[in-house]
Amino acid sequence: MANEIAILGAGMHPWGKWGHNFVEYGVAAAREALADAGVSWRDVGFVSGGATIRCGYPGYVAGATFAQALGWQGAEVNTSYAACASGSQALAAARNKILAGECEVALVVGADTTPKGFLAPAKGYRPEDPDWVRFYLGITNPTYFALYARRRMDLYGDTLDDFAAVKVKNSRIGSKNPRARYRKAFSAEDVAASAMVADPLRLMDICATSDGGAALIVSSLEYAKKIGKGNAPRVAAISTVTPTFASGVVEMPDIATDSAAAAGVEAQAYRASIPVKAYEEAGIGPEDVSLAEVYDLSTALELDWIEDLQLCPRGEAAGLLRAGDTAVGGRIPVNVSGGLACFGEAVPAQALAQVCELTWQLRGEAGDRQVEGATVGITANQGLFGHGSSVIVKK
Amino acid sequence: MSDKPLAPAIEGWYTLDAKPHLIGTRCKGCGTYFFPKQSHFCKNPDCESTDFEEVELSRTGAVWSYTNACYKPPEPYVAREPFEPYTIAAVQLEKEEMVVLGQVCEGVSVEDLKVGMTMELVLEPLHETDDDIKVTWKWRPLDQ
Repeated sequence: MANEIAILGAGMHPWGKWGHNFVEYGVAAAREALADAGVSWRDVGFVSGGATIRCGYPGYVAGATFAQALGWQGAEVNTSYAACASGSQALAAARNKILAGECEVALVVGADTTPKGFLAPAKGYRPEDPDWVRFYLGITNPTYFALYARRRMDLYGDTLDDFAAVKVKNSRIGSKNPRARYRKAFSAEDVAASAMVADPLRLMDICATSDGGAALIVSSLEYAKKIGKGNAPRVAAISTVTPTFASGVVEMPDIATDSAAAAGVEAQAYRASIPVKAYEEAGIGPEDVSLAEVYDLSTALELDWIEDLQLCPRGEAAGLLRAGDTAVGGRIPVNVSGGLACFGEAVPAQALAQVCELTWQLRGEAGDRQVEGATVGITANQGLFGHGSSVIVKK
Repeated sequence: MSDKPLAPAIEGWYTLDAKPHLIGTRCKGCGTYFFPKQSHFCKNPDCESTDFEEVELSRTGAVWSYTNACYKPPEPYVAREPFEPYTIAAVQLEKEEMVVLGQVCEGVSVEDLKVGMTMELVLEPLHETDDDIKVTWKWRPLDQ
């Protein structure tokens, strides 16, 4: 396909709470990806970094920071901020550069060192900032996850046991992932015994924030063939669409949705719109997908994503889970990396980590986590300020 | 709480009378409501209006979803010591076709709420400063 690029290499620094400078994680991930690709750092013509923005924190110069840390060699650089979708936007920038014929090989990299506890806004009295407003009024990130979870219980009859089962599934497979931060197989009893954070979600239903780094080496298909990697997995689609007015679901960090009162305006669900462009671009449908890596900020949100990706009809994801269809060996395994449940969120690295997992799965190199015969994988994530992404990788 | 004067936690976002309303704006071009207020450009992609009127939003609506906060939020939230969990609701305003978040008034827990039940807007203290008691909007079950 004309718009495809090859994934030559993938690399990650293990997730954890290491407390080191984020540049270390990015360099480690980049070097692993370069070695995996068999590409020399000096052959990389473009460095595309995923960034985070945290006041007083220099993560936002990601492209140049990593290029300098790896040793200046003249490559062009780019820095992308798109909240949780930063990695996908950085990947899209690299794809554009390659497809435009301006470079053959690019490094895409994101890494983060996260502060402890809640991700909090800058201080002062700043009612013009929606993030400040909601924290001032006592509305944190778990509030939104819990509102969505409660809604699933009300609309579809999902239960606390279903949410716990997502955690049990992800922790079981994630315990086999050497790059994951949490590598213990938890039971439903463990989940039930954890503290309530935002009813109906408990501590073990909600993902932590972590340190970590992820990197990809991507190239034109011609270059891949030239170095004997013509069969490398390909990026078949990248969707980074923004929402469509009017938002029908109250989203972080907003205190209210848009109004859909004007003539001709309908309330829209953003999450469900993200993969639509990806499927169109790749020329495939949900029935072609072998596995999915989705943004399980909460256990219940994994179920929402399964429906947003159209892997089952709306409201039936818990049924899929109960039948074992979303576990390894099931019809459509979801989060076989262990997901955010086992990794914790390292914002600018997370979307790339999802693509790393798909790369290893499609190469048949995922070991104990391998989805047999995987040919197509899809990612999905969503973050603040109308950022979200979905990437399709295929053999 | 003391007998200090009451003051809005966020100036100009709600009326301070016995039956309070959130204060929004309405686009004179397409009729879209905005909360928080929008007064310079309309966010409807098919509307180029820059003309807005200030309006009081409906003070009742239906629960879209609800939860609570069992952990103390970080600043700028000013938590009571010791921290007491509070309930939160997302309430759908029918006329405005929008959902507005807010704390639920004291004494109402998640067990008392159901999706679809009718809520009304009230004012309650959010925190106290040296000079006054900051009040904010909260949702309360209508039949209480």
